[in-house]
Amino acid sequence: METTNKVEVKNRLLFMDSSPLGHVSDSTVKIMYTVCITLLPALAVSVWMFGWEAVRVIVLTSVFTIAIEAIISKMVSYKVNFMDGSALLTGILLAMNIPANSPWWMILVGALVAVILGKHVFGGLGQNIFNPALVARVFLIISFPVEMTSWPKPLVYDSTTGATPLGILKTEGLGALAGTNLTDLAIGQMGGSLGEISAIALLLGAIWLFIKKYITWEIPVMFFATVAVFAGIFHLIDPQTYASPLFHLLTGGVFLGALYMATDMVTSPMTFKGKLIFGFGCGFFTMLIRLFGSYPEGVSFAILLMNAMVPLLDSYFPDQKFGMVKNG
Amino acid sequence: MNYADKFKKTFFTENPVTGMLLGMCPTLAVTSSAENGIGMGLATTFVLMGSNLVISLLRNIIPARVRIPAFIVVIATFVTIVDMGLQATLFELHKTLGLFIPLIVVNCIILGRAEAFASKNSVLQSFIDGLFNGLGFTFSLFILGTIREILGSGAILGMTFIPENFRTVLLFVLAPGAFITLGFMLVGMNRISKALGGK
Repeated sequence: METTNKVEVKNRLLFMDSSPLGHVSDSTVKIMYTVCITLLPALAVSVWMFGWEAVRVIVLTSVFTIAIEAIISKMVSYKVNFMDGSALLTGILLAMNIPANSPWWMILVGALVAVILGKHVFGGLGQNIFNPALVARVFLIISFPVEMTSWPKPLVYDSTTGATPLGILKTEGLGALAGTNLTDLAIGQMGGSLGEISAIALLLGAIWLFIKKYITWEIPVMFFATVAVFAGIFHLIDPQTYASPLFHLLTGGVFLGALYMATDMVTSPMTFKGKLIFGFGCGFFTMLIRLFGSYPEGVSFAILLMNAMVPLLDSYFPDQKFGMVKNG
Repeated sequence: MNYADKFKKTFFTENPVTGMLLGMCPTLAVTSSAENGIGMGLATTFVLMGSNLVISLLRNIIPARVRIPAFIVVIATFVTIVDMGLQATLFELHKTLGLFIPLIVVNCIILGRAEAFASKNSVLQSFIDGLFNGLGFTFSLFILGTIREILGSGAILGMTFIPENFRTVLLFVLAPGAFITLGFMLVGMNRISKALGGK
């Protein structure tokens, strides 16, 4: 066994099953750091778009989350390995959810909420019901609406801050977005949080996760499909008021949410049917909030809502077990 | 009956809010500031004392089969008194508490004390039980309201203390803040109760 695995057995993150046992090099630590690495293209785009401000936010969130996790590890009765990569991943995901011009105190509040309210009140890694980074984002968006809605524009523009395309859609209508180029949206040339701007970079990282089988196709595909169909129906009914499905897919947090947030191993269903319904619910509530809610963006609320339903989905839609008789 | 011991119990180990999780509706709804918490707490204390007293007096007359409607009538009478009294004297507070004053009628703590204590014990004991439980309720609401007011509006009892360019955490004035604060309060109160030798 690798040394990392030994650390984990000590931390009771891994449990030994009865034999026969196969050797796999995957471990929680390895998965966590792999996910962090696959986020690098998206982080690179954010640095390209927002400059040093983005680096500052990423460094601050990572340092804060790891430091808070280290302090928490001294206070709780169970063992916490604060270098297992989960705190770092939460930090990076939090960075991707907030604007590049976030003040340091807001980042600190976000990190406290993510690590304590998002994870450790439930009993630490693997026990949390909700995605910690999303809990922090929603906490911040409700608590500091001014700071969380003045998004810096990419450096290629002259103006400094502005609304996201979805924000403009909500307040000024589709007409104000007439000049928007879909390629710009795909690359990431728009106002937004660090991680929601570049769909292509996120997809690039996620492909590696698919190959490694750390995430499965059900949730992201159902998420994308539901958003596209929902937006498509309304776009067909009234193209003057409702934006196209592609616009809804490429703006906001759909890519980040579908590929990295909704697929979080701890807070997503385990069964096939459960995953499909989970992905559908995420997409459905996202579009419901975007089109009819008071917030311009609904991905984070949608995923948290579906997170709460995971235990229900897992028990209502179990996988057919091998050798079991249907309705037996 | 040992009153000092009972007093300690109703404040910590058997506190209506943090010990038994009763009366959650007003607890979560009106504690956006310490002042509202105290107002709600004292209004409930008055009703508790009054209803416990009257129900204890009538405990041998009320037939067991219709006791709940009878209790509710007594409680509703006192709630009406509080409602009209507050409207006449503290109109501002009455406006903020609004609907939650009439809702004292269905507060579990009051019916709970009537059923569990006042209908079985002497008048004086019931009256004191009502007073202690009411004060325990007020105490929890005050703490909850204070924490939410400090974090959410940067003030204590309506007096703002933070500099103007500082931000407060808006979430704590809203409903989720009540749940989060209550959760952490339960942790704290359980620790205290344990230290006091409770269960």
